[in-house]
Amino acid sequence: MEFFQRFAIPNPSLAIYASMVAIGLTVIAIIAGLTYFKKWGYLWREWLTTVDHKRIGIMYLISALIMLFRGGVDAIMMRAQLAVPDNKLLDAQHYNEIFTTHGVVMVMFMAMPFIFAFMNYVVPLQIGARDVAFPRLNALSFWLFFFGAMLFNLSFVIGGSPDAGWTSYFPLAGNDFSESVGTNYYMLAIQISGLGSLMTGINMITTIIKMRAPGMTLMKMPMFTWATLVTNLIMVTVFPVLTVALAMGTMDRLFGTHFFATTNGGMDMLWANLFWVWGHPEVYILILPAFGIYSEIISTFAGRNLYGYKSMVASMVVISALSCMVWAHHFFTMGQGALSNSFFSITTMMISVPTGVKIFNWLFTLWKGKIRFTVPMLYSIGFIPLFVIGGVTGVMLAMSAADYQYHNTMFLVAHFHNTIIPGVVFAMLAGLTFYWPKMFGFMLNERIGKWAFWFLSIGFCLAFFPMYITGLDGQARRMYTYSEATGFGPLNMVSFVGAGVMAIAFALIVYNVYYSVRYSPRNIGADPWDARSLEWATHTPVPEYNFAIEPQVASSQAFWDSKKKGHELFPGKLEKIHMPNNSGVPFIMSAIFFVWGFSMVFSLWIPAIISVIAIFACMAHRSFEKDHGHYISVKEIEETETKLRGAN
Amino acid sequence: MKIDHSLPLEYSTKQNGLNIFGFWVFLAAEIMLFATLFTSYFTLEHRVGSGPSGAEIFEITPVLIETLVLLTSSFTIGLGVHAMRIGNKKAMMTFFMVTLLLGLTFLGFEIFEFVHYVHIGAGLQVSAFTAILLTTLGTHGAHVTFGLFWGTAILLQLKKRGLTPETANKSFIFSLYWHFLDVVWIFIFSFIYLKGMM
Amino acid sequence: MKVKSALLMLVFTIVTVLTGCEPLMVLDPKGPQANRQAHDIMLSIGIMSFIVIVVFAILIYVLIKYRASKASPDYEPPHIEGNKWVEMICVGIPIIIVAYFSFVSVQSNYIVEAKPQVYKDKEPLVIYASSSDWKWHFSYPEENIETVNYLYIPTNRPIEFKLYSYGPITSFWIPQLGGQKYAMSDMVTTLHLAADKPGEMMGRNANFSGKGFAENMFNVTATTEKDFDKWVKDVKKTAKPLTEKKFNELLKPGHLGQMTFTGTHLGFSPAPEHHHSGSSKHEEGHTGNSQMDMDMSEHQNHK
Repeated sequence: MEFFQRFAIPNPSLAIYASMVAIGLTVIAIIAGLTYFKKWGYLWREWLTTVDHKRIGIMYLISALIMLFRGGVDAIMMRAQLAVPDNKLLDAQHYNEIFTTHGVVMVMFMAMPFIFAFMNYVVPLQIGARDVAFPRLNALSFWLFFFGAMLFNLSFVIGGSPDAGWTSYFPLAGNDFSESVGTNYYMLAIQISGLGSLMTGINMITTIIKMRAPGMTLMKMPMFTWATLVTNLIMVTVFPVLTVALAMGTMDRLFGTHFFATTNGGMDMLWANLFWVWGHPEVYILILPAFGIYSEIISTFAGRNLYGYKSMVASMVVISALSCMVWAHHFFTMGQGALSNSFFSITTMMISVPTGVKIFNWLFTLWKGKIRFTVPMLYSIGFIPLFVIGGVTGVMLAMSAADYQYHNTMFLVAHFHNTIIPGVVFAMLAGLTFYWPKMFGFMLNERIGKWAFWFLSIGFCLAFFPMYITGLDGQARRMYTYSEATGFGPLNMVSFVGAGVMAIAFALIVYNVYYSVRYSPRNIGADPWDARSLEWATHTPVPEYNFAIEPQVASSQAFWDSKKKGHELFPGKLEKIHMPNNSGVPFIMSAIFFVWGFSMVFSLWIPAIISVIAIFACMAHRSFEKDHGHYISVKEIEETETKLRGAN
Repeated sequence: MKIDHSLPLEYSTKQNGLNIFGFWVFLAAEIMLFATLFTSYFTLEHRVGSGPSGAEIFEITPVLIETLVLLTSSFTIGLGVHAMRIGNKKAMMTFFMVTLLLGLTFLGFEIFEFVHYVHIGAGLQVSAFTAILLTTLGTHGAHVTFGLFWGTAILLQLKKRGLTPETANKSFIFSLYWHFLDVVWIFIFSFIYLKGMM
Repeated sequence: MKVKSALLMLVFTIVTVLTGCEPLMVLDPKGPQANRQAHDIMLSIGIMSFIVIVVFAILIYVLIKYRASKASPDYEPPHIEGNKWVEMICVGIPIIIVAYFSFVSVQSNYIVEAKPQVYKDKEPLVIYASSSDWKWHFSYPEENIETVNYLYIPTNRPIEFKLYSYGPITSFWIPQLGGQKYAMSDMVTTLHLAADKPGEMMGRNANFSGKGFAENMFNVTATTEKDFDKWVKDVKKTAKPLTEKKFNELLKPGHLGQMTFTGTHLGFSPAPEHHHSGSSKHEEGHTGNSQMDMDMSEHQNHK
């Protein structure tokens, strides 16, 4: 009996039982549906085993959207609980679990896959490549992320969710103060998906450095590719730090070591340092690709080249370097003393300089442009003022003496949502709308999209601006309730209303997808936005090999040049194309990682050891396998090209 | 795959070039991994709780042997790659085998060392210091162990498939990995053992 | 865009009305340290609002001036690479602002990390504030008394809090006296505060520490020095002594009301101060190089 008790939820509630039933029914529905429509083979052949960067990108996108809704539900529940004083909707334990999973899901399993979706889909097209450098590794990255996310979400119904905050500070996250397996899930799920992120980093760097089309020098790369390159450099630098920190945390929890414990020399501050050495660059890992997407969109819809290309690149490089030198600003209050705080205070403020350069460059890109207010452009324009507010409050927080008052309050919560939502989420939605036609061959409805944008922006302001005020009024973050006497009630109610308005916006986005699938015209051509870079130079839908002939590039907006200045984009002749083969190994290996993670969470050593052996067996299989890919003949290419041209 | 004969065999196809570049990036990540471990080690070095300190448990003899063995193995794999460049498959395989045997010797000594530590009361759970010490050494040791299996797989492929662009590429990458482990060991030797014994 | 700025204005108006006339806690300082911090906050809000307004103005201007619906159909936007002077201004002005803020920030750091200037001639009152799940224990070593979940302090005298924790990391925060600082289990951090006027204030743990975190609060009463001495005398007369057994009971996770004892727990359960002999050095340099210092001292302890 004791064996099974471990898997029970320590703090069950009606909501959790209902979700269990819902999850069960969904799984049954999916399995039944796949069987009924005989889609198992299709699913396996076309998706689970694919190594095509475009399909992997789409799978990242779908996962990110699902996780966005999971994290969003968490957010609504939190705001509902805090809407009125002394609310009894959730108890402390549930509230703690919810804000923990909200943070982890949104950062690790929503924002990360969202940016990976665009990196995967767009970068090879933008640099005129056939695929990424290591397509098989790319599939492995995706599936590791996917199974990591699934493992994390499983905590909700088996064993209990983590409840020590997304930062999981020790000793709170240690066995003494977090007895349930929740934090084990945290350590292992993030570890597994983190491995995937690291591999993506290696893959993308190699792809961008080594596989650009002829003529595309580094300073002729489109801005999103630049952003991806810089981002992946940061990723390769800091993800190993997270790997080590998580491994130590796991050992503390499972093997009784004393890295972060309060006894036998353990040091809780070490976790905080390691976590933020990764954690701060992590927010730039999220925001830089977003900046890249904004650059593409603003330049497209202003009808102008990007102003100050060189300074845009330089500022990203500077940001990436500075991002690794500011981590201690997350704990100015840890007692490092005035000298150390002064150093980190200044480096943090310095980041605002290159960021400011970027903002001004976008403004000057609009200058003398011919601005079309499409949905992607609305998000990009809405981003500028809202992000500036988030940015300047960041400078305020960077003043370490004043931070003693902001730290751990709703002011901080308002600040980072004020950067992440207009910064990252707006960019993702803008990118989603912008690249949707390239991915799926039809456009999202502009009218519904605009409504969604306005709801989201206004909802955002309502939800988060009041937090600046309650923070200054002494409302600490992560409190599951507060008394009426504090006076926080009315503003928290405004926040709740704002969260509701944001929820309507997301519902509208879902409706938009449904509506557009049904009613959007399909004859949109390859370049519906009148865009500027290479990804729009190929057909819609994009053929498996991306470009029939390798493009020849002479500027950062090669496609625009070919449209307006008579630049010859495809001067070569058709040749047979080498493509990688599909493989089921990445999927299987990641599934084994899932089993390993689950076994480790519950200290089931035998299955854990067996899965480790199986993982190595998969690697050995890969080593001995003879896989030389396949060729697409000239005849096949010609047939595809004729068909696609006809379609347009 | 197109083979470019003007380049060394391990670089001769496009994918080969990508593999080697990608592996360098991977090594950069590995450097960060070990750098984090070293930083944590320096932070926790003196936090021994009720357990022993480094000076009390480190012994120079096995460590010196381990160092010599591993340095030699780095040399022999260098010779192996040289043999590969001049197309001498037999010599290459011999040097690779010697390398792996030396790696195995190293590993034997390290396991012996670990057993010894646990025996004298410096096990993983004793203190922050022992935890970080054994984790840092263990991470390196795990890399060596992985290398032994990986190297064996490559040797088998060399034997079966001969010196092709693919096997040459794998062998070359493996040699990069092995040299890297050697460099890490030099750091471990200097900054953990020697510094700890001083 | 006009709609949007109008909406933004609306939001701000609502917010201002909702907050009413009562000043925000952090911006209603009752001591020199909080004063300095409130000053920094207002200063940065002022300068930052200026930046926000400039960006908004440029944005609205370009959006109205260069929208496609206004441009002639055959207008082709020009190709502009960038302008050295414009970009130098875009870098230069932020650098000047950041430099100014850095100056203020560094200066404030040294101010809030030291004994309040206005009371520098007075001997500070040392209070050991330790947290356990989910309570605060305040030990007055000089007065030899201890309280739980409430704090009595004299006005016009610097107070030196020595912070540590019997559990997760917590953060000691009295917004109206000054910003917070962490209390941790393996070291003692120092927080300098002072109160200017008598009054009641809210204090709390600001750092999430588990289930009982929301209620992890305490009352702060600042009184004149005369009243404070009287309170100390009263406590000594009426309160029971704090025994080790009683203290260990108090440490158990849960919530407790306010309690008062004579004697402190520092005797049988000392604070994790590693500088047992060199506490004066600790006071001056604070915890400047705390990690290194601690490592060294720990090392010495075991030799």
